[in-house]
Amino acid sequence: MEMVVCREVVKTYRQGKIAVSALRGINLSVEKGEFMALAGPSGSGKTTLLNLIGGLDAPDAGEIVVDGRHFGRMKAVDLAELRLRRIGFVFQAYNLIPVLSALENVEYVMLLQGVPHKERRERARSMLDEVGLEGLYDRRPAELSGGQQQRVAVARAIVSDPAIVLADEPTANLDSMTGIGLLEIMKDMNEKKTVTFIFSTHDERVMARARRLVMIRDGRVAEDVRK
Amino acid sequence: MMTLRLAWRNLWRNPRRTAVIFIAVSIGVFGMIFIAALMEGVGEQMVRNSISTLVGSLQIHHRGYREDPVVENTMADPAEPVAATISALPPGTRWSRRVRVSAVAGNARHSAGVTLVGIEPEREAGVSFIGSAVAEGRNLKPGDPYGIVVGQALAEKFETRVGRKLVLIAQAADREMASRAFTIVGIFRTELAATEKHFVFVSLPAAQEMLKLGKGISEIAVLLPDGGDPEPLADMLKIALPGTYEIHTWRELLPMLTAYIEMNEGFTVVWYLVVFIAMGFGIVNTLLMAVFERMREFGLLRALGMKAGGIVRGVLIESALLLLLGMAAGNAAAFSAVAALAENGIDLSAFAAGVEYAGMPRVIYPSFSWTSVLEANLTVWGLGLVVSLYPALKASRITPVAAMARV
Repeated sequence: MEMVVCREVVKTYRQGKIAVSALRGINLSVEKGEFMALAGPSGSGKTTLLNLIGGLDAPDAGEIVVDGRHFGRMKAVDLAELRLRRIGFVFQAYNLIPVLSALENVEYVMLLQGVPHKERRERARSMLDEVGLEGLYDRRPAELSGGQQQRVAVARAIVSDPAIVLADEPTANLDSMTGIGLLEIMKDMNEKKTVTFIFSTHDERVMARARRLVMIRDGRVAEDVRK
Repeated sequence: MMTLRLAWRNLWRNPRRTAVIFIAVSIGVFGMIFIAALMEGVGEQMVRNSISTLVGSLQIHHRGYREDPVVENTMADPAEPVAATISALPPGTRWSRRVRVSAVAGNARHSAGVTLVGIEPEREAGVSFIGSAVAEGRNLKPGDPYGIVVGQALAEKFETRVGRKLVLIAQAADREMASRAFTIVGIFRTELAATEKHFVFVSLPAAQEMLKLGKGISEIAVLLPDGGDPEPLADMLKIALPGTYEIHTWRELLPMLTAYIEMNEGFTVVWYLVVFIAMGFGIVNTLLMAVFERMREFGLLRALGMKAGGIVRGVLIESALLLLLGMAAGNAAAFSAVAALAENGIDLSAFAAGVEYAGMPRVIYPSFSWTSVLEANLTVWGLGLVVSLYPALKASRITPVAAMARV
């Protein structure tokens, strides 16, 4: 089953009079349950593609279909709903809410989904246990290490049972061991829950563990390797 | 609950900034309530003072008396209006009959125009100031044929004192000039020298006899308890009495004071708006700073799937919590200030001469009113949320990509 389909996707950024082509006609299809990395040098367009797949931005041309939904036909509020229920995000800079504890950060997405309090708590605790953060539920982000914060972010992305998780350079700010540990957790989630993972990365550790590697160069798919 | 918890914690991310808005709102609410209480207090005291200066809550006259207060426009037989008045009075109300005509008072050295007021001392004491204003000598006795009570300022002007004679001349009911020599039995003092110079008091029978009125009187004055609204009683009396009589409430008898009070109410609204505008700029500015600092976080929330309305709601809840805190403190400060001044008031003696001529009291006591408190709080609450909409909408409009591109 195709989770993501991109057809001739084009994205151009305008900075004053200067137009910068980030994507020049991307054609890509991602199956359910894939553990895929978008790799390429800085400025190749991988983060832009990830943002488009996540509905955070809109293409200038082309079509994007995620989980059977055509983005071009959806209003902003519908895209937000899709992100809330079907897409999880893991960002490079953790992006946790600093005034909430680890548990509350993980709960927050479920709060937005309308999950009852008791169920939220239980699922959030369980997910934090799965990512190896048992006992740290009440710590605020400032009281956690970088690796721990990123694990909270992963837990938040997955706790709401998304169909797809988009991770933008998730290991960029982590040391070697921590980064590997995090990747193993995400791989484990991918295998257990059949969640589709798409990474944007230029980290060799991520590329090594991805079962499919799509190289982006100059806004186009240069290589597509399945392992 | 979690939304509230998040909003509460967000307030304390920057305690100094939160304290600034808190103080601004507190001072604003305090200013609104306290100044309104002072202005209401002034208004109430002015009404009380004016009512007690022979106006009363309402008066009954013969038709035409107000336009031409001459002896011909007296109520020749007051039995009917007195009976109607007595039957309509609510409990605790006091009333009095009077004769009131323009006269000339004179002694060997001086003469001046005055208003001769014939009173029933035992009733009048409960209706106007004269019952407690006599500072020298004594008050009139019922039926006192030759006693007169004059004001301190008049006595000084006439270079006279208790025990001396004063002659009054006025037009009688038979259109002839009537005169009588009275003996000063008492001297009264009031806040206003003009009142002391203007009114002289004799007993009702003495005035009726001097002016050949028989049983006639100029007016019936009624004083309702605790500043009650005279309109319902006036309406009842207008129905009960024939058209030969006129009933006027104090509002009609004191149009300048009525206009002042209405202007006061309008000024209060303006005052509220001015205070709020000053406060509102502070709220908007500080909230904008708080919102701009958290744009990345708002972008994250949008990325997670929160809708724009959710962002707006979150910012408004924070603003609402802060407004509530400030309002609570402002209200507490205002109540404390009003309570502290309830006994001694604010003494304007340094400006006494000026305020007296405006009819204002020398000592102002703030008057607490739940209506004013509610208006002030609703103004701050309602307008506070309205001005908070601007930063909230600013936060909601950022796109996730733009927000997370910020460093």
